[in-house]
Amino acid sequence: MKAYLILEDGTVFPGKRIGADRDVISEIVFNTTMAGYPEILTDPSYAGQAVCMTYPLIGNYGVCLDDLESERPWPDALIVRELARVPSNFRSDLSLGKFMERYDLPGIEGVDTRKLTRLLREKGTMNGMITSREITDMEELLPRLRAYSCGRVVERVSCREKYVLPGSRTLADNGPISGSAAFDGESYRQPDEEGAVRHERKPSLVRELTGQRDGAPLRIALMDFGTKRNIAQCLAARGCDVTIYPALTPAEELLADRPDGIMLSNGPGDPKECVSIIREVRKLYDSGLPIFAICLGHQLMALATGADTYKLKYGHRGGNHPVKDLETGRVYISSQNHGYAVDTASLDPAVAVPAFSNVNDGTNEGLRYVRKSIFTVQFHPEACAGPQDTEFMFDRFFTMVKERANNA
Amino acid sequence: MPKNPNVHKVMVIGSGPIVIGQAAEFDYAGTQACRSLREEGVEVCLVNSNPATIMTDKEIADEVYIEPLTVDVLEKIIEKERPDSILPTLGGQAGLNLGMELEESGFLAAQGVRLLGTSSLTIKKAEDRLLFKETMEKIGEPVAASEVVENIEDGVAFAEKIGYPVVLRPAYTLGGSGGGIAHNVAELRRILENGLRLSRVGQVLVERSIAGWKEIEYEVMRDGAGNCITVCNMENIDPVGVHTGDSIVVAPSQTLSDKEYQMLRTAALNIISELEITGGCNVQFALHPTSFEYCVIEVNPRVSRSSALASKATGYPIAKVAAKIALGYTIDEIRNAITGKTFASFEPALDYCVVKFPRLPFDKFITAKRTLTTQMKATGEVMAISNNFEGGIMKAIRSLEQHVDCLSSYDFSGLSREDLFKRLTVVDDQRLWVIAEALRKGISAATIHEITMVDEWFIDKLAHLVRVEEKLRRIGRGGAELTRELLTEAKYAEFPDGVIARFTGLDEAAVRERRLAWGITAAYKIVDTCAAEFEAQTPYYYSVYGGPEEENEAAAERTDRKKVLVLGSGPIRIGQGIEFDYCSVHATWAFRRAGYETVIINNNPETVSTDFDIADKLYFEPLTPEDVQNIVDVEKPDYAVVQFGGQTAIKLTADLIRMGVPILGTDAKDVDAAEDREIFDEVLQKCGIRRAAGATVFTAEEAKSVANRLGYPVLVRPSYVLGGQGMQIALSDEEIEQFMAVINRYEQEHPILVDKYLQGTEAEVDAVCDGEDIVIPGIMEHIERSGVHSGDSISVYPAKSLSGRVREQIAEYTKRLARELDIIGLINVQFIAVGDEVYIIEANPRSSRTVPYISKVTGIPIVDLAADVMMGKKLRALGYTPGLQPESEYYAVKMPVFSTEKIRGAEISVGPEMKSTGECLGISRSFDEALYKAFLGAGVRLPRHRQMIVTVKDADKGEIIEIARRYERLGYIIYSTRRTADVLKENGIRARQVNRIGQESPTVMDLLLGHRIDLVIDTPTQGRDKNRDGFLIRRTAIETGVNCITSLDTAAALVSSLEHAAQTQEIGIVDAAKL
Repeated sequence: MKAYLILEDGTVFPGKRIGADRDVISEIVFNTTMAGYPEILTDPSYAGQAVCMTYPLIGNYGVCLDDLESERPWPDALIVRELARVPSNFRSDLSLGKFMERYDLPGIEGVDTRKLTRLLREKGTMNGMITSREITDMEELLPRLRAYSCGRVVERVSCREKYVLPGSRTLADNGPISGSAAFDGESYRQPDEEGAVRHERKPSLVRELTGQRDGAPLRIALMDFGTKRNIAQCLAARGCDVTIYPALTPAEELLADRPDGIMLSNGPGDPKECVSIIREVRKLYDSGLPIFAICLGHQLMALATGADTYKLKYGHRGGNHPVKDLETGRVYISSQNHGYAVDTASLDPAVAVPAFSNVNDGTNEGLRYVRKSIFTVQFHPEACAGPQDTEFMFDRFFTMVKERANNA
Repeated sequence: MPKNPNVHKVMVIGSGPIVIGQAAEFDYAGTQACRSLREEGVEVCLVNSNPATIMTDKEIADEVYIEPLTVDVLEKIIEKERPDSILPTLGGQAGLNLGMELEESGFLAAQGVRLLGTSSLTIKKAEDRLLFKETMEKIGEPVAASEVVENIEDGVAFAEKIGYPVVLRPAYTLGGSGGGIAHNVAELRRILENGLRLSRVGQVLVERSIAGWKEIEYEVMRDGAGNCITVCNMENIDPVGVHTGDSIVVAPSQTLSDKEYQMLRTAALNIISELEITGGCNVQFALHPTSFEYCVIEVNPRVSRSSALASKATGYPIAKVAAKIALGYTIDEIRNAITGKTFASFEPALDYCVVKFPRLPFDKFITAKRTLTTQMKATGEVMAISNNFEGGIMKAIRSLEQHVDCLSSYDFSGLSREDLFKRLTVVDDQRLWVIAEALRKGISAATIHEITMVDEWFIDKLAHLVRVEEKLRRIGRGGAELTRELLTEAKYAEFPDGVIARFTGLDEAAVRERRLAWGITAAYKIVDTCAAEFEAQTPYYYSVYGGPEEENEAAAERTDRKKVLVLGSGPIRIGQGIEFDYCSVHATWAFRRAGYETVIINNNPETVSTDFDIADKLYFEPLTPEDVQNIVDVEKPDYAVVQFGGQTAIKLTADLIRMGVPILGTDAKDVDAAEDREIFDEVLQKCGIRRAAGATVFTAEEAKSVANRLGYPVLVRPSYVLGGQGMQIALSDEEIEQFMAVINRYEQEHPILVDKYLQGTEAEVDAVCDGEDIVIPGIMEHIERSGVHSGDSISVYPAKSLSGRVREQIAEYTKRLARELDIIGLINVQFIAVGDEVYIIEANPRSSRTVPYISKVTGIPIVDLAADVMMGKKLRALGYTPGLQPESEYYAVKMPVFSTEKIRGAEISVGPEMKSTGECLGISRSFDEALYKAFLGAGVRLPRHRQMIVTVKDADKGEIIEIARRYERLGYIIYSTRRTADVLKENGIRARQVNRIGQESPTVMDLLLGHRIDLVIDTPTQGRDKNRDGFLIRRTAIETGVNCITSLDTAAALVSSLEHAAQTQEIGIVDAAKL
């Protein structure tokens, strides 16, 4: 079926309908990751946005439900050049097209995605509409597109109730260490008691249970502003017990559970809209507990401590962004997904100092808080999709948690 | 970290002559790195024996030593030039091995020379099989169960333990030389014996077979501070079992989920971090197709063919960055030259699909086994960029110039389903076409996958191409109309108009007309390293067929500069090698210097011409009329030049004229005059130049009648070909029939030439003509008598044995011809001198194989001059005195280098059809020394055991006596078969008689396999029966690493060079930049 993507500047991209047949208006963003569409589609940070994949061949390996970063896709729509007809991968549960239909995710293929990306790069992020109807009255539509704003997305994506993810008790709980994932032909693809087909265990990077102290799990509170599953998993795989809290949980309630450390998750939208959350984050800051924050969490902590954020022209979304550790000079390739950034000029050096910066454009990628056990990063050390080079940040967090406990 | 302040002068080691497994990619990498070093103010001293390269130009390095790549020679150069550092990671395995030898012997330390980039310990850890395995085990990276063995019995014992099949990989060899898969103990013994012999350290790895797993590669960079990135990953369509150089490769990987992609990426980074690589590195993995299990196949701690491919596939200049890292920079300090905004610490994001296809030499070696194994056989490769995989495949196959343009080009329609099942198990260069036929016959993708282990995703894409073909055929059968939708689909998948016309039965022009009317035209996108996230500064384009809305980024704004289109030479193949890339690049530079806007079209990822900053614009596209037309439509060039890109470019002349693009230089009709037998005969008559009697024919019958009229032997060859493709000396009617059948495998557009064979001395010239005057830099004389292809002959400049009269005649004839043909630019003319009489063989109004060589040894920049005269300048005004230029004081001997040992079943004897893949040079004031150096450069390191085998055909028995006597005087023990031995003994040479193959031991074969033989001189008897003893002897010799000579002239030249070496201890070295 024919479909169109119409941007707020009036540009029309013809294409073909994929996924759910439903018109949708959204903010259009692009992601340059070449593989990893299942993770991207289920990353809650994309709520309120329609994602254009710059790599032209999408859906090649289908969707493996084990790889999802939350229980459902969050973007409003998916824009691709070509959707794979036949997916091929040993873990594929269903094709991407079927997945989109199952979760009512609309999309369009056959779009000149490079032209779209160039346009977004030059003009900045724009709103747009995906529709199956040929639009005749652009004058009516375009103001409507420009006026569109999603608003209050964090509450939409956060969990409703707090829940616990128990940590690994031994390294073996994590499955094979990457590189030694030997193939077990016997048990593989044999249906289990409930009839489900078992997937090969994903290899783990974790080689030490840094989330334990003297063999006992640390207790970490994770604020869910739209967290990716792998943040909690990165923590749990290191041996700590993770409790995940809804975004609007009052600080007092969280602190009352007496965690050893706090994590603030990633999430969608404009950080400045999260006024009440910022107030609670300030209380967490004042609590003196060790805190590690990622992406939106990083921005909220900055706002809570008096710094400012601003909207980037077209954001950073991809798996190839170089970030520099300003202390060591080391450069890491990171996974990124953000449209806003912390304004370094607004930082009070007595409160926080830059710890990471983006090698490409010099924007802030992380902060170290002065006289606090707090550090925050703009990029995604939990990867998924993207490079795993900065997963050691979780170990760094546990070191901090344990140091503080020892000092206390 | 800023640049290391202690680095002022760096020696760069090149990779030597082009051989299979080590080709133009190292000229590309070396050239880029040298430029990168000089950009930093570092003095570069270059050593490479290969004169056809751009890196050996005086513009690229400060000192240029075109010298044999041996430890002795390098030591001498280091003592003379006193570099403070040496960079060995740019010259392939050859360069790396030399760097290691210099380091290990303690010579570098004694001279105070430091090894830049990756340390010798690291190289050892990566290259030494055992150390590598230990290192991988230490960091938990799996390798296939394996053991390094140094003798056959250990190998057999280990194979029994892990079970067959086992893979064998000799340590320190290139292109997997001597490796293979053994399915049983007999195969194991055979391959292992050979591998042990070929390995520099006498080690072979015996390994659990992981054939059928996915083969995935990562190109990784790491700097001295430990920062590391991956430039690109690549997936081989052919699963493990086919050498990656012979595989169809796609970038980025297509069938890996993020989980697998990141698992292997992390492993690659862990590996280079542990190895402490400083610079570029290639890591190859085998990934189990239905699990997360993987193993590391190997690591190349240097730039490689894969890194050249990754550079072109992503736009990330690996060699340039590696050179900067070697100087001490960290990757976040090195700017990404493509965007100008980002840094080298950025991982390229691709928004297109790249397909690399190998160029295999089976059209040259028709007797060879086409099977693909872990031993690389491809001489070159093409790369295609599209936004879809089908488009990439279709573009790649038509770039090969092997008479293929779609999945029906090899016809397997005659095979039944049962035959197809069998045929699918064969892994050869036609497998893709067999799969297509299997799909047509309804064999399922799953079944094809089970047999071939090619991933179903790729098979599905091929199935799509087959479906489109089928839809187009339906139109041809009158069942349907060619709709806009179908045409859009076919063009999106890159079906050429000609193929669509063939399937639909429409006229090609009609197809084109229709699609233009529907707005289905090629649009151009930019390769920018970043998927459009940042603006690109360098216009590097590929085409896609979208619809009318597809954005064309190449929309050309006119500048006031004249625009010239330079056509490249496509994939490296025997007969059309790196020399033509040299010419294309120099021509481009000359036009740029003169203020022209330059546009290059080429499809070879290994070359300098496809580097992003050579021309103002680069189009990475097939070189077919339709693809060129699309670019012409967009760029509207003022001119095109076709003289430099070999036959690939020349073939496009008529099409360019039809497109209305004026050709700079010699007029097309004059190009035709040189190729058309009858017109050329008229030209010769006018010029008063003689040639061997002959005629043109189409059929075998005509050929036989001409041959009988002229009298045998005759020379048979197609016109409009390079490298003497299909050229043969026929001695009988029977042979004529045989050769004509081979030539007529493909429909011939042009007639076939049959000439009387003349025996004499061959000579050739390259000259530049401005329409009035002509500059002939020098005359090159061939050592081998006529009948051996010029590309396979040892060539000497200045001519050594030609009389003054012959030289004058050659100069005069060349002048007359150039004038008569109205040459503007280059002409190459080949002559035979029979006594004092000069005959012409052929004239080629274009660049030739010898242009780089003669430019370098005479110091006359022929390509620059040719470009200048094309732009209207006059040779006199450029400061040249017309005519034959004064001879150099130096002799330069060009030695052909062969790779036939890698092509199972290929005939190796030299003849009229070219077989060599590369060349090297020996330069000296003394002819004998130049000759000796040339042999040395070609890998002839004699004497060793001082034992040789001589067996010659009857006609050569008289001539062999003196040659054999000279070898004997050098201390050689000569073994011969009965008749040769009799002749030698009668003449007082103590030849020892051995039995022929098949007779009782000891036979010639026993001698060869005893590994105590230095040299075989075997002149083949007539006919080319594969089963003859001679063929077996020659094959066994080269496959066991024994030098084998098939021409008496070569044998005589070699003994002269050995006599020279026996008398002198010292080798002189010459800085070619100062010639």
